[in-house]
Amino acid sequence: MVKVNGENREGFVGKTLSELLCGLGYKESYIAVELNGDIVKKDSYGAVVLKDGDRLEVVSFVGGG
Amino acid sequence: MKDTWKLGDHEFTSRFILGSGKYSLDLIKAAVENAGAQIITLALRRAATGNVANILDYIPKGVTLLPNTSGARNAEEAVRIAHLAREVGCGDFIKIECIRDSKYLLPDNYETAKATETLAKEGFVVMPYMYPDLNAARDMANAGAACIMPLGAPIGTNKGLATKEFIKILIDEIDLPVIVDAGIGKPSQACEAMEMGAAAVMANTAIATAGDIPAMAEAFRRAIEAGRGAYLAGTGRVLETGAAASSPLTGFLAD
Repeated sequence: MVKVNGENREGFVGKTLSELLCGLGYKESYIAVELNGDIVKKDSYGAVVLKDGDRLEVVSFVGGG
Repeated sequence: MKDTWKLGDHEFTSRFILGSGKYSLDLIKAAVENAGAQIITLALRRAATGNVANILDYIPKGVTLLPNTSGARNAEEAVRIAHLAREVGCGDFIKIECIRDSKYLLPDNYETAKATETLAKEGFVVMPYMYPDLNAARDMANAGAACIMPLGAPIGTNKGLATKEFIKILIDEIDLPVIVDAGIGKPSQACEAMEMGAAAVMANTAIATAGDIPAMAEAFRRAIEAGRGAYLAGTGRVLETGAAASSPLTGFLAD
């Protein structure tokens, strides 16, 4: 199991980060990702393979002042 | 000659930095255009899943994106947010917000200076939102800030230039652009900040809570331009006592 933005997600252990982002409906050009507290470069999404217990933060811009 | 100003190596002609919070994405384009804004602020949050609209699609091309670190309570969190914002891939500008006080939302100048130092060393164009304190402003400048962003009044209050005297001191003493940020509620207040010699004004809530958002963006643009013009022209003197006739005091008609 991996945790994405605080929510448990099943079925992504052994998959790549790209597959998870696509599976959850994130568009890569809008987001940035932290894996276990470290930023993952956009060009590495396809190479990062997820492990059980991984924690991901997926962020994007919203309106703000 | 064109009246321009700079943040780092980036030159701007517009002196109105527009916020994008608390109003519909559909109004952003009109607000930016009417504001004549070349810089717009954004916040970074956990991304929603699924096919939701993203604010980046609503901002006209060529407008500089200025992510803020809202949500950060200290320097470490601000730096983390700045790194994530840069990774989204929209440039190196960052507005530092370090706020521990949840009632008045006042910025923590000490933590803000620490974050400024770290991020400036990493090549960010750092724009610290701060309480208008001269010593702290000097710390920001020494830490590598590209400007300082003192508050006029607490965020979102529309109370205007409550800190006017202290912002005047910063304009006088700090050799960086001074951008009045937060609290400005009306075009007249933005105009006054510009007359004082502020380099620019940032506003969000004043626009977002207006009856007609694009029209208020335009009203602010005109007020900021007017205030800048007055500053460049040099405002007339104030008489402390008495009066001074504007018309000649000779050649009156006889009885």
